[in-house]
Amino acid sequence: MAIDRDTARKVAHLARIRVDEAGLDALAAELSGILGFVEELDELDVTGVEPMTSVTPMALKRRADVVTEGENAARILANAPDAREGFFAVPKVVE
Amino acid sequence: MTELTALTIAEARKGLRAKQFTARELAEAFNAAAAASAPLNAYSALTPEKALEMADAADARLAAGDAPDMCGIPLGIKDLFCTEGVPSQAASGILENFLPTYESTITSKLWEQGAVMLGKLNMDEFAMGSSNETSVYGPAVSPWRRAGSNTALTPGGSSGGSAAAVSASICMAATGTDTGGSIRQPAAFTGIVGLKPTYGRCSRWGVVAFASSLDQAGPMTRTVRDAAIMLGAMAGHDPKDSTSADIAVPDFEAALTGDIRGKRIGIPREYRVEGMSEEIDRLWREGAEKLRDAGAEIVDISLPHTKYALPAYYIIAPAEASSNLARYDGVRYGHRAKLGHGDGILDLYEKSRAEGFGREVQRRVMIGAYVLSSGFYDAYYLKAQKVRTLIKRDFDAAFDAGIDAILTPATPSAAFGIGEMADADPVQMYLNDVFTVTVNLAGLPGISVPAGLNADGLPLGLQLIGRPWGEAELITVAGALEAAENFTAKPERWW
Repeated sequence: MAIDRDTARKVAHLARIRVDEAGLDALAAELSGILGFVEELDELDVTGVEPMTSVTPMALKRRADVVTEGENAARILANAPDAREGFFAVPKVVE
Repeated sequence: MTELTALTIAEARKGLRAKQFTARELAEAFNAAAAASAPLNAYSALTPEKALEMADAADARLAAGDAPDMCGIPLGIKDLFCTEGVPSQAASGILENFLPTYESTITSKLWEQGAVMLGKLNMDEFAMGSSNETSVYGPAVSPWRRAGSNTALTPGGSSGGSAAAVSASICMAATGTDTGGSIRQPAAFTGIVGLKPTYGRCSRWGVVAFASSLDQAGPMTRTVRDAAIMLGAMAGHDPKDSTSADIAVPDFEAALTGDIRGKRIGIPREYRVEGMSEEIDRLWREGAEKLRDAGAEIVDISLPHTKYALPAYYIIAPAEASSNLARYDGVRYGHRAKLGHGDGILDLYEKSRAEGFGREVQRRVMIGAYVLSSGFYDAYYLKAQKVRTLIKRDFDAAFDAGIDAILTPATPSAAFGIGEMADADPVQMYLNDVFTVTVNLAGLPGISVPAGLNADGLPLGLQLIGRPWGEAELITVAGALEAAENFTAKPERWW
């Protein structure tokens, strides 16, 4: 399926990547090219085939619901671009 | 004595234990070689002081007689692995200045065994690429050149820095990761051995995620024996990765018996792709003949869904990437865009990600967002997951019919020049993975073994694919192939 300008804009927004209006046509063309390539799958009938959810058949392990590591606020904030008083700082979220 | 930097892990292990040289001497030799390798752009960060400290600790263990196999072995680490206090940014601008406060499970295991860290290695951004050209550090350069030419060639990707460094002898071995061929393709391009283990053999904890159901780390080494030794040190269950398998790790090195008599080696007809060059075809044919001469039985097999692997991969991998890379939001770590007056949280996300991600990563994140979006999920993602089941079934049927390993080319061509693909459509670059990507989709182990030089004097590799959890058997066959190929070429030093 070919991607048009409007779809490219929507996809960029879904991906939370700013693309200016001037870049939308090129983006639409690139995405269309890749989608054209993957549409080769359309010739394959997959009726009744189970989708793969895990490549190695194994039950995921469980563990006790207890705190294993904690009290690491300083380490967690160490790489933040803007951390204040033990919190990540962001622009105003609620108007 | 051979130059220290030319030693294999097995040779260095022997020399260290026999006190022919110390781990410190080894580390000093590699520190010097790494420091003099700038034109290769293989290292993104050097850690020479750390290397000496770790080497001294290894020497103390060697003196005390407590020296595991990897003790004192100088390694390069792909930038995708988080290493505590050492820059780790997955070759992406969005992780600029990121200093992990923790260590990946695999590197922790290697350090516990006494291995020595020389530095971090260049790669494609977030491991998305086949030529190392998507790296924020600029491309790594292969130590190999075409005969009579100075054209800079790609070492392949995404583990391009790892491949360049091992083949240039500026580390003894390296870690790599492989989501669609990122260990095996660069290994083939640079004349080294690259092993992608079964999905779940090695812990993914602390390795920056690309596509979680496909990603698997493995060793990149000069020999199959070295790959066996290093895999043994990397593998094993990790409670921090629920997909890592809680099964015993065999002695992979002990599998190097050299005896492949009676092994059934499958040659899949669907891998003879349209437009395949005569030199790749010949390499493949001759490789099969050599295995037959060593006593294996060569069997023609069919893996009928092979041609659908690449399109399925280019739905599944971007979908998982778009989800994994959602964490780069400019809030918790990495790059944050400078905001304008009145910009809100959405502007923060969108601007930070537009500035921090390179073009290929943006492209894949957007493709992923599209195929997962409402109304398209069934047509793309769900369908690709069904195709993945069919691809896995192809392999299951071959192994159930008694095939022990499958022999294929590793890549459709030898290494190409840096920039040669710049004007090509992204899909052209994706075709590099045509022989390797099936293995990730099916979760199988695969190994690339150097098998010859092309007409220009560039390395070519063959791939062997094994049964799930069958790395030991795969190593047996790979060892026999390596012995039969007797690949001894080395790049001439120009850097």
